[in-house]
Parts: sequence; structure tokens; C-alpha cells
Amino acid sequence: MDLSDLILAPSQWLQSTGPESDIVLSTRVRLARNVAGRPFSSRLRPEDQQELAASLKSAIFKALGGRELAWFELDGMEEIDRRCLMERHLVSREFAAGQGPRGVAVDSTQRIAIMANEEDHLRLQVIFAGLQLEATWHEADGIDDRLEEHLAYAFSPKLGYLTACPTNVGTGMRASVMLHLPGLVLTRQIEKVFRAVARLRLAVRGLYGEGTQATGDFYQISNQGSLGKSEQELLKTLDAAIPQIVEYEKQARAALVAESPTLLDDKIHRSWGLLTHARTISSDETLMLLSAVRLGIHLGRLKGVDIATVNDLFLLTRPGHIQKIRGAELAESERDIARADYIRKRLGSP
Amino acid sequence: MICQKCKKQPATIHLTEIISNQKMERHLCEDCAREEGIAIKAQINLQDVLSGMLSAHDAAERYANLACPDCGLTYAEFRNQGRLGCPHDYEVFAEPLAEILEKVHGGTEHTGKMPARAGAGTDQQRELMQLRRRLQEAVESERYEEAAQLRDLLREKEPAGGPE
Repeated sequence: MDLSDLILAPSQWLQSTGPESDIVLSTRVRLARNVAGRPFSSRLRPEDQQELAASLKSAIFKALGGRELAWFELDGMEEIDRRCLMERHLVSREFAAGQGPRGVAVDSTQRIAIMANEEDHLRLQVIFAGLQLEATWHEADGIDDRLEEHLAYAFSPKLGYLTACPTNVGTGMRASVMLHLPGLVLTRQIEKVFRAVARLRLAVRGLYGEGTQATGDFYQISNQGSLGKSEQELLKTLDAAIPQIVEYEKQARAALVAESPTLLDDKIHRSWGLLTHARTISSDETLMLLSAVRLGIHLGRLKGVDIATVNDLFLLTRPGHIQKIRGAELAESERDIARADYIRKRLGSP
Repeated sequence: MICQKCKKQPATIHLTEIISNQKMERHLCEDCAREEGIAIKAQINLQDVLSGMLSAHDAAERYANLACPDCGLTYAEFRNQGRLGCPHDYEVFAEPLAEILEKVHGGTEHTGKMPARAGAGTDQQRELMQLRRRLQEAVESERYEEAAQLRDLLREKEPAGGPE
């Protein structure tokens, strides 16, 4: 699997096929692990980093033998490619922007990604489409077990898995669910949800994790603490909260349909009009408009539009991907034009 | 200053974000901020919370010069970066960290998954390594009585059944 193939291939978690997929886009479980008897990544000398990356790579390939796996070195990789990996949620923002010997192993379905030499030596993540907390955890847990046959982890019986940042110590786990909540945003109830969620020690982030703005009405909800509760208990909190939020979103959508159908349709069709006719468009505006179109399709108010194409566009219109599709480095204004062209082409508009 | 978004109302909400080491400032009016306000609230970043707590930490001064013998990180450096240098730091900075961990996690003790080789945690690993070295030295210099004691001690300290 070559990097360009991977970047232009559809991500399974975006395929909108999982349970509750009109509202829940994906479920992700990330585990942070470090190798015992070594400093954390930031205090490794470059030569030790190189050596560690090589031994982690070998452990990953042994542990995941039998799966179709590709390894990408980020050191020396083109900026656009690093950005695309980040936009696909295969590497973190920090990892994409970082320095030094580091790599990521990705399986052919793009559901498994394992970063070597992130802020922790290993960051293992599994992403499944839709709401699948138990299955996603099960997969991550199994891979972790197999990795551990080849690696001795830094672990203390009292504090659990030891991580570079004390916010991840304990289980080293962050489970997160990506939700599309345009109904709650439009009915101005989203803040209520945030307040309720905060009381449960859950965190809310935007589309691209910590410190990124919630764009396109996408929100990630994840466990905030990782110490003191078992993985199962942390998952249970999410498992209890998410269906409730999904239910609120459904109610908000029903209220929009019942109380302001004209305004709702105006928003949906106006967004469709802009997407199919704009000649230059920013990535943020694209996310906003795609969000309304996605809502319109799921409510049956915009007919004849393929949901898979719309889901694809959320990813393929991001700045890295649009440059990758064009096969050239583009300035922001050029990107906006290329993006508008690409959207019109995909949506079958002249 | 007027709002950067609607360009009509005065900006009363000022945001500073640092993304990939680039500082970005945004100035919004209340209405526009409310529209995005969700995002503002949603962006309480664990790292910021941690840094805030670290700098407000009363005991911080007291521990500033505490340094890890393994990786050399001082508590003051940790306070600035919010990142530890090696697994042993959790022991060296155990006292000042305890309060932080409690606040961040709401818990202080791990109750989740353990590696199959759970006994081989870093503390034990260090201790076992030391014991094995002393045993080897004792055998080499033919101090058999001491070697036997060390061997028994090793058996006792080693996780039951060894690695699973």
C-alpha cells in the first residue's frame, strides 16, 4: 500500500454504515504505551529515537502478523502527506508537525493506526464506523495484548501504564465518539449537552481533537480521566451518555421539522445551492454547508443526493486532501478555487 | 475593536489559541461568540487545565529543584512543559503529582488492565535488575552464602510464575 493510495482511498470509518450512523460518525479507542527502562520520547537522543522506532516497528509487524499493514516514516515526508494523515485521523496533529525519527503503521482498512515515537513511545488507535464502543475497545485491547508479547511496557501497579503526560496515566485510554449534532446546534441546545457531559467527567472537542474548533457541527466526546476507573467503567460512562445525546439530537431534528420546516429547508437547500455553484470556497464554509446537506439527506428533505459522496467530501475537501487531489502545493486562494471545482464535479454540477 | 466575524458589533470576547506553535488571536462580539461559544466552552483543553493547576500549585516552589536521577528532569521543567521525562519521574515527583492526579482524574489508583507481565513494572524491574546484578557478583566472587540469600530474595520478589 503506497501513501497516495492510502490517502485517496475511502476511510471505512467515514462510510456511514455503522449503528446510529446518521448521528454517530465513528468510535475511536486510543491507548498510550511506553517501553520500560527508557526515557519518554521527548528526552530520547535522536539516535536512540531511531533505534526505538525500528524496534517498535518490528514489534508492531510481529504482533499484527497476518494483517495487511503499511509503515510510513514521517521524518522527511512531504508536509501535504503528513497533513493528509492528520486529516484522516491516522496521526495526531502534534505527530504530523513534530520532528525526529517517527513512523506510523496503518492497516489496509485504515481502522488501525499505531504511531511510534509520539509523545508516548506507542499510540495505538482503532476507529470503527458508527457507535461501537465495546467492539472498538475489544479490538484495541487484543492488539495491545499481542504487542505486549514483544514489548515490556512501563507500568506501575499503583498508577497503571506510565505516560509522558500525567493526564493519560492509568489505563492510557481515551475512548471517543464523533457525533454530528446539527439539530442541537440549530436549536441552540448544544450548550446544555456540554454542561451535562462535563458533569460526567467527559470532555468535548472539535473535529480534530484538542484545541481545535468544533466545525461542521461535529463533536468528539471522550473520557476525561484515565486513572482510578477501569477501561470498562470508563466505556460505561460513555455508553450511557451517548445514546442520550443521540436521542436529544433526534428530538431537536424532529422539532425543527415540526416547528420551522421552511427555515430548515431554506438552510439545507441554500447550502446545497452554494456547494453546487460556488467558484471559490474555504474549508470551514465547506464543512458548514456539508453539515446542513448531510442533515437534509438524513431527514429526507434533500433527495437524490448520495450520502456516501457527501461523507467523502468532508474529508476530501480538507486543505491537505484538496492539494493531494490536485497533485500540487496550492496557496490558500488557489485551494479555495480547486475545492469549489472538486465539489461541483463530485456533486454532478456544471 | 469590532467583531472579526460580523464586523458590526464591538468585540468583547478575546480568544488566544495556540495551534502548532502559532499564536492566533480572535476578537468576537457576544452574539458571534455565542454562535461559536459552544466551541469556546468545548475547547477547555486538558493541557491548559494542567498547566494552570501546575503553576497555581502551592507546593510547586518547594519541589522546583527536585530532579530525577534517571532522566535529569527537574520538577520546574515538568511544570513548564507539562510532560514527564521518564517512567521513574512518577516516583521521584510522587508527592507533588499526587494532588494533580487526583484533580485531573478524580482517582489515584489504577484499577484497569494490567500487562500479562504486570509484576515487571518499572520499580520492580529496577529492583530485580539490581538483585540479579548483585547475585551475579556474589557468585563470581564465590560468596555463596550471600548468593543463596539473594537467590531466595529474587524468587520471592519475582512475579508468581514469572511472565505468563
